[in-house]
Amino acid sequence: MNPHQVRVILFGCSAGSLHALRSLFSRLPRRYPLPIVGVTHTREQGEWLLPELLGRRCLLNVRSAVDKETIQPGSLYLAPPGYHLLLERDETLSLSMDERVHGSRPAIDPLFESAADSLGDKVLAIILTGGGCDGAQGLRAVADAGGVCLIQDPASAEASSMPLMAMAAVLEKQRRVLSLEQIGTELLNLGEGKNG
Amino acid sequence: MKDSELEEVEINLVLETLRLRHGYDFRHYAQASLRRRLRSLQHLFGLKHLVDLVPRLLRERDLLSKVLAGLSVPMTEMFRDPAVFLALRQEVVPLLRTFPQINIWQVGCATGEEAYSLAILMAEEGCLFRCQIYATDINDAALATAEEGVFPARKMALYGDNYRNAGGTGKLADYYHHHMDFVQMDPTLRRSMVFAHHNLVSDGIFCEAHLVVCRNVLIYFDRHLQAHCFALMKGSLVRGGCLCLGSRESVEGTVVERDFQAINKAMRIFRLRPRGSTP
Repeated sequence: MNPHQVRVILFGCSAGSLHALRSLFSRLPRRYPLPIVGVTHTREQGEWLLPELLGRRCLLNVRSAVDKETIQPGSLYLAPPGYHLLLERDETLSLSMDERVHGSRPAIDPLFESAADSLGDKVLAIILTGGGCDGAQGLRAVADAGGVCLIQDPASAEASSMPLMAMAAVLEKQRRVLSLEQIGTELLNLGEGKNG
Repeated sequence: MKDSELEEVEINLVLETLRLRHGYDFRHYAQASLRRRLRSLQHLFGLKHLVDLVPRLLRERDLLSKVLAGLSVPMTEMFRDPAVFLALRQEVVPLLRTFPQINIWQVGCATGEEAYSLAILMAEEGCLFRCQIYATDINDAALATAEEGVFPARKMALYGDNYRNAGGTGKLADYYHHHMDFVQMDPTLRRSMVFAHHNLVSDGIFCEAHLVVCRNVLIYFDRHLQAHCFALMKGSLVRGGCLCLGSRESVEGTVVERDFQAINKAMRIFRLRPRGSTP
């Protein structure tokens, strides 16, 4: 991978997300030089604690995404309940209430597909633990656009279905299957390359 | 040319056809969600290429309404985000009461659930008799549903929960009649409601409003069109009038930030400042 090319890190996860996100993103420094944008499947109604719970263990600025905001390095944006989160060409976020995808809103595919359309090979996308098949099609779009694809090793994931479906959707040479630990190290190295 | 660039050209051709042939201008819609919706239309119509929509849009008379329905997002619920309705009831209605006549413009009403919710809220606050609710949309099929006020009964349990959490003082069932698997909204609510076709892109100010409710509409527009709409809403509002936006929408750097004061920032409820007052 060419670290100078990546402009944004995306992730998608479902079941088991809090543990995975905490252990992955708590390793990154406050001034991590890239923006991070992600979707976790959430209920559409009721209280949403994830930004708070994740923010407590991370140095990154963890926040719920707001429509039309420009993504900033060192910030981690989460898709709010009830909205799909999309990435525009000018590196702003947009929200939509379009139909659920794989029964979920937010869903991972719309984010990954929009980022592949908008930023092409400047995207690094990660599929983490989760049930179902959301994210597989999106990861394929990222791969087809020349982006970097990482998948959490299904053996180490709390729920293996999303990683397995993503592995099936993307050609072997276009993706790497890594442990959470290794993904974290990749992100740190990527940050190092950006600063250097 | 890459496939993605080719698709971009096709999208532009479809949008130009909509504009030149039918007068609908989608050029300033937010790109990412518009692209998704065009792709699902392509899929729905079974088209090999998106550009195949162009000749059909030019010649087939009844296609436009289907395309418009596919490009607008009729997603609505009664008392959706109950906390917003609670804030309207507690913090905005007391301001509205000071006006002898209360005009509410609800923008992007889709199938009308939110407009009926506003009517119920005003009825419970004893204001509906001096209230006129103008609910507008570009989707005529959705407007026809709204006019009828007939909704699926299976959704009423969720709406009833929303209604209670929104501070409802009675029972939601007091406001509709149950028939088999659907409900008919109480026609007395309709006396204060007008559903009308209005296009934010091309149509102007049509009423003097005391409250404008425009939630999750501007998320489908780019900043340019968002600014145009904010100007339109500001122009419609009386001094001291209120504006309610979607709770995940940003007003940073817009006329709303400059000329309005926040009544409830988290719920995105604002009030137009009196003339001459500064932030």
